[in-house]
Amino acid sequence: MSARVEITLTVNGERVTRGVEPRRHLVDFLRLDLGLTGSHAGCEHGVCGACTVRVDGDIVRGCLVLAASLDGADVTTIEGLTDSGEAEDLQAAFVARNAAQCGFCTPGMVMAAADILRHHPEATRDEIREHLSGNYCRCTGYQAIVDAVEQTLVARRGDAR
Amino acid sequence: MNEITPASIGLSREDLPNSYIGRSVPRPNLPKLVQGRAAYTDDVTLPRMVQAAFLRSPHAHARILAIDTSAALQVPGVLRVFTGADLAKVCDPWVATLDHLKGMKSAPQYPLPLDRATWQGEPVVAVVADSRAAAEDGVAALAVEWEPLPAQLDMETALDPGAVVIHPELGDNLVFTRTAEKGDVAAAMAAAHKVVEATFLTGRHTGVTLEARSIIADWNRADETLTVHHSTQAPHMMQGVFAKQLRMEEGAVRVICKDVGGSFGIKVHVYPDEVAVAAMSRILGRPVKFVADRFESFVSDIHARDHRITGRIAVDAEGRILAFDIDDRTGIGPYSVYPRTSAIEGNQVVNLCGGPYDFANYRCTTTVVLQNKTPTCQYRAVGHPIATAVTEGLVDLAAEALGLDPIEIRRRNLIRDDAYPYTSPPGMRFEGLSHHAALDKLLAMVPVERIRADQAEQRKRGVYRGLGFASFIELTNPSPFMYGIGGARISAQDGATVRMDPDGSVVVMSGVTEQGQGTEGILRQIVAHGVGVPLERVKVITGDTQTTPYGGGTWACRGAGIGGEAALQSAIALKQQILVVAGAMLQAAPETLDIRMGQVVERETGRERMPLGELGRIVYFRGDTLPKDLPRELVQTRHFITKEYPFAFTNGIQACWAEVDTDTGMVKVLEHWCVEDCGRVINPLLVDEQIRGGIVQGLGGALYEHCVYDEQGNLLTTTMADYLVPMSAEMPEMHVGHVETPTQESLLGAKGAGEAGTAGAPAALMNAINDALRPLGARVTEQPFTPARILRALGTI
Repeated sequence: MSARVEITLTVNGERVTRGVEPRRHLVDFLRLDLGLTGSHAGCEHGVCGACTVRVDGDIVRGCLVLAASLDGADVTTIEGLTDSGEAEDLQAAFVARNAAQCGFCTPGMVMAAADILRHHPEATRDEIREHLSGNYCRCTGYQAIVDAVEQTLVARRGDAR
Repeated sequence: MNEITPASIGLSREDLPNSYIGRSVPRPNLPKLVQGRAAYTDDVTLPRMVQAAFLRSPHAHARILAIDTSAALQVPGVLRVFTGADLAKVCDPWVATLDHLKGMKSAPQYPLPLDRATWQGEPVVAVVADSRAAAEDGVAALAVEWEPLPAQLDMETALDPGAVVIHPELGDNLVFTRTAEKGDVAAAMAAAHKVVEATFLTGRHTGVTLEARSIIADWNRADETLTVHHSTQAPHMMQGVFAKQLRMEEGAVRVICKDVGGSFGIKVHVYPDEVAVAAMSRILGRPVKFVADRFESFVSDIHARDHRITGRIAVDAEGRILAFDIDDRTGIGPYSVYPRTSAIEGNQVVNLCGGPYDFANYRCTTTVVLQNKTPTCQYRAVGHPIATAVTEGLVDLAAEALGLDPIEIRRRNLIRDDAYPYTSPPGMRFEGLSHHAALDKLLAMVPVERIRADQAEQRKRGVYRGLGFASFIELTNPSPFMYGIGGARISAQDGATVRMDPDGSVVVMSGVTEQGQGTEGILRQIVAHGVGVPLERVKVITGDTQTTPYGGGTWACRGAGIGGEAALQSAIALKQQILVVAGAMLQAAPETLDIRMGQVVERETGRERMPLGELGRIVYFRGDTLPKDLPRELVQTRHFITKEYPFAFTNGIQACWAEVDTDTGMVKVLEHWCVEDCGRVINPLLVDEQIRGGIVQGLGGALYEHCVYDEQGNLLTTTMADYLVPMSAEMPEMHVGHVETPTQESLLGAKGAGEAGTAGAPAALMNAINDALRPLGARVTEQPFTPARILRALGTI
């Protein structure tokens, strides 16, 4: 297809340079070019949230962002979030509460939930549900996920006081 | 029945530190899921792997006149193009019928059709390229000349004179029909105090597994083996299918199933595009990958629940049910789906209607017909949500006609808890159910008085809320009576191999599979419990036909009840074998010893005698020090199959509290309850969330999910923006309770739990909506209960 675009960006704290087709979206770039298979392609039209990753501090749909537009960007995926330990308590709460079943939505769900921890530490149960309502889970019924996020928020608020 | 009792082998749920059955312990495979370290099929990359994409029929019914591949072959990266004729050289067609479904018929189906497409979305031509993107470019460059044909879309006219007969060689579009009849329905109806009638629709919907169907087939010419990495529920069944269709020995096929991103029945069927992938690999001699995109999932994953049901219920003046008279019709697409067939869902409606109730007169007919839409087949809770909606909808209508409370009419008619064994009018045999205990437990959880007071108060303010109930039965632990007797090579038996390694750790290999429901978690608990080791010392292996005992995989809620029992029996056998060796080493009678937390101990005192790691060291490395004739195989395999009952039925009851906005027609589920009886609960944490997930899947089908076709047979709902699924903000808080009536067929006593939520939720919601709308004289019986349907019922539009 058309000529490749060279981009240099930071992914999980590591600088990477690649030539990408203009049509390559971010989740394909992560999975196919960088081998970061933790982010998943679920619908590839921005509804299901399985490809949720963080770009320059905000969560985005990896299927709606073209890799070619990310020269200079700072991208964090589930692999980077895990390595940093930033959401270790959240991930432990997901395990303890069985807030994942098949796990295909889980990396995106954890990325979206980690965004609540960063930006909305006082979120109520309804606000957690609202914030996660762009992430489709077919297995759990959502209640365990909401429980895990709420428990993490409560524990962090307790630690801060 | 089983001669081993918990007492005889020193097992109990309470008295040992390694008694894990019944405990809420975390699953072993969760850390990898939350850290993004799982391995789904699309995460697998093999050397020389190529990618497939399919041209799919743009017509519901059309003749293929010509396929011009020349431009596609010029696209950079494209390697080969395959047509139906190309693949038919190496792959045989299949016909999906079952011998025990009398008179059933269907047509041969090829991986790619030879001359005619019969639904919009059917795979017709395959392009193989060095990337999926290049393969899609190749598909775009294909030129197919079509002759559009009249399509048979409406199931109601499929048998009329003048209908388009989709497969002329079959004579008509009738796939299967069955009537179950018991007692004298006509006489009961004539003598009844009240007869109430209604027509129900259950909207055609689909599974929407978040991980789409995924497969890599790798034919290796050098060792003449086909290795298939497959997102599937049934690796051994698929091994047999690939071998048979591609004319190989079963032993030449290995199916590997790593992590699976949801299945719900979607991934237990034979799909033509997946068989095409295997056939293409057979021709190319290199690995071929295919992962459906979301559009492909909507048009080619099986659909389900496309039923119209007309039902009548007859009751006497005291509200006792005298008779059900039900007529069901379902359209299943142009082919019955291999190998389970597409007649089972209608057959289940016949088997399950009226299921929770004690009544004498029954007539139910299902008529299964062909149509030019996506094929339908078994999807979570096959037939149950349909039968439950019809039954519970009619029971509520009867209660209304009699002026009876919905709880009271159920109490008067539910099969008594001491009535078992019991055979239902359509011939289902129940070993032991607990409808009244479940109802009592539900009423202890649902604050009915407070809700009714709130309902009355809200109505004064123009807010319409309703409380609905739905009792249900669920078919689990299937025997060969489900498929095997019909000739399908679908195993109802399952096996487990449990072995102890030199360090005293234990490995279990099982024929049942994990799609997220927690199979590996409960197998670990059962084996740790059975052998007597800490949970952490047990590793579970599933999903590889080369290493696991032959089994059926996951279907009809059998993982815990069948696979779990096989694991328990093999764990107990291993424990007994270990104790024989330990007895020889310690010069003690084996029956005076026990294993607790990985230590051989004296049974009476609990005094530690030897860690299993020491026993393993001696057996594996210093076998010379053991008596010559001592059996020392620290590995045991057991298989389990149910023998007394064709199915282990479970039961339960749900309640739904919902609010209907009478201006917009929107429904908000406020709270939901479920009490169910799956026998022995192995891990309450897993069961409860599985029930909740099932409830949400049921609510999704009842509120939002609908495969909508236009008049030409084009599927209109092919994105997740058009086909709506339940998300966290719309879903309620759900409360789950249990009654435990273990099956006596196994030591473990477990029945299935995976479909209970889905079976009852739509009916409970429907009854809640109708309870809310009753003062307004409105009623809905057609799913999904969309705002438009509710406003039409209210006469607003």
